[in-house]
Amino acid sequence: MDQLVNLLGYEFVQNAIAAGIVIAIVSGVVSRFVVARNMSFAVHALAELGFTGSAGFILLRLSPVLGLLTGSAVTAVFIGALGVRARSRDTVVGVVMAFGLGLGVLFITLYKGYATQAFAILFGTITGVSRGDVALLLAIGIVTLVALGVIYRPLTFATVDPEVAEARGVPVAPLAVVFLLIMAAAVAEAVQVVGVLLILTLLITPGASAERLTPKPGRAVLYSVAIALFCTLGGIALSLITNLAVSVFVTTLSFACYLASRFLLGPFFRDRRAPRAAVAAVPPP
Amino acid sequence: MPQHSTFDPDLPLRGRDLVRLGIDGHRWGIGWRDRAADGQTAAAISSVGAERYADGPIGRLSGGEQQRLRVAQALVGQPRILLCDEPLANLDLRYQQAITDLIGGWKERARGTVLFVTHDVNPVLGLVDQVLFVVNGRWAAGTPDEVLTSERMSDLYGSHVDVVRVHGRILVVGESTETGFNLDEPHHMPVSVEHEAH
Repeated sequence: MDQLVNLLGYEFVQNAIAAGIVIAIVSGVVSRFVVARNMSFAVHALAELGFTGSAGFILLRLSPVLGLLTGSAVTAVFIGALGVRARSRDTVVGVVMAFGLGLGVLFITLYKGYATQAFAILFGTITGVSRGDVALLLAIGIVTLVALGVIYRPLTFATVDPEVAEARGVPVAPLAVVFLLIMAAAVAEAVQVVGVLLILTLLITPGASAERLTPKPGRAVLYSVAIALFCTLGGIALSLITNLAVSVFVTTLSFACYLASRFLLGPFFRDRRAPRAAVAAVPPP
Repeated sequence: MPQHSTFDPDLPLRGRDLVRLGIDGHRWGIGWRDRAADGQTAAAISSVGAERYADGPIGRLSGGEQQRLRVAQALVGQPRILLCDEPLANLDLRYQQAITDLIGGWKERARGTVLFVTHDVNPVLGLVDQVLFVVNGRWAAGTPDEVLTSERMSDLYGSHVDVVRVHGRILVVGESTETGFNLDEPHHMPVSVEHEAH
């Protein structure tokens, strides 16, 4: 513990914690919608093509974070334009992802001495972020959260009840594209902690765990954020103590949260409080 | 009001939240808690008699319970016209009756208009002013008594069809289903009745 307190004096640790808090909040909120909209595959594609963007920007000696954001945003637009409907979406995601990753391979081969940077993007480098990166991540995070705040209610409506939402005048298809862009920003954030390959640990698991804990939509978002914060900050702390990669601990903690929500806390809190309430309900004649 | 649709059993959404979306789900913003909206929601829920299960996860309610909450969701926005797309599909007879009564009750109270799409006119027969009967792109319109007759139906189907009234219900019975026309028979119409009618 003393060791951890001492470490807080270092700038790289402060940066990591500040970035971790921003990233966890964004991931927690976005992950609720990713789970509810069944978009795991799309998240994965956005992350992998973020990698392509990042590799391209490094090749051009530009910011890898911005490259990541550009790569995933372009992918989001492609997926949004080509396939918004759930059925065709997965196919389109697969098609776009295959091509984009090919480009990523090209960029890696063109760039000499790339290995460490590529490793960082694939597996995360939160303890390597600079003050400038923190500011950039904070800016992306604020824009993302404000955008989500504006569309939160209609997006919820379009997610849980698309037909009725459309009938009530919710622009369901444009919202799907806007949400893809929000996901792209969240991916660019979360990649900093866990990297491209482990992105789902921050963009799926918190939301999936939270829905086991409560039937209330607002509270599910709060729980999701809390779980993402716990996993990110806990992961950073454990990594500093043990000197092992952050991703190892973030993925372990988030998996533990999922198992606990699903098998321990969920059955106890959610299911007991709202026991198939209605099962026994017989309608009055 | 849509057909019965399935919600994921783990979706964090209560019946109450579904109804609330009917008030202001289409507006921008986060939609913080709001006493007036909560009150309207609660009133709509009790008007369909769904208080008991309104706080359960929507995906774990039965089809009939979900459809009751759907009625509340549709009515809470105080519409002037209610569009119902087969709201009785996949419901058992008792729930068909309950949902029909709720919609009929609203029509009387609010003097609203209901456009109701159905394969089986019987559950709503008592409430219907005008029928538009569509068969393979051909149609007949008018009051139920005008439209649901053997002559009009035979003309529409292009084949001899009997319209039989039994216990206040209407059965449309064809001679043969092998000639290519489809009567869209009511799901619950017992086969034996069809034979007796011949």
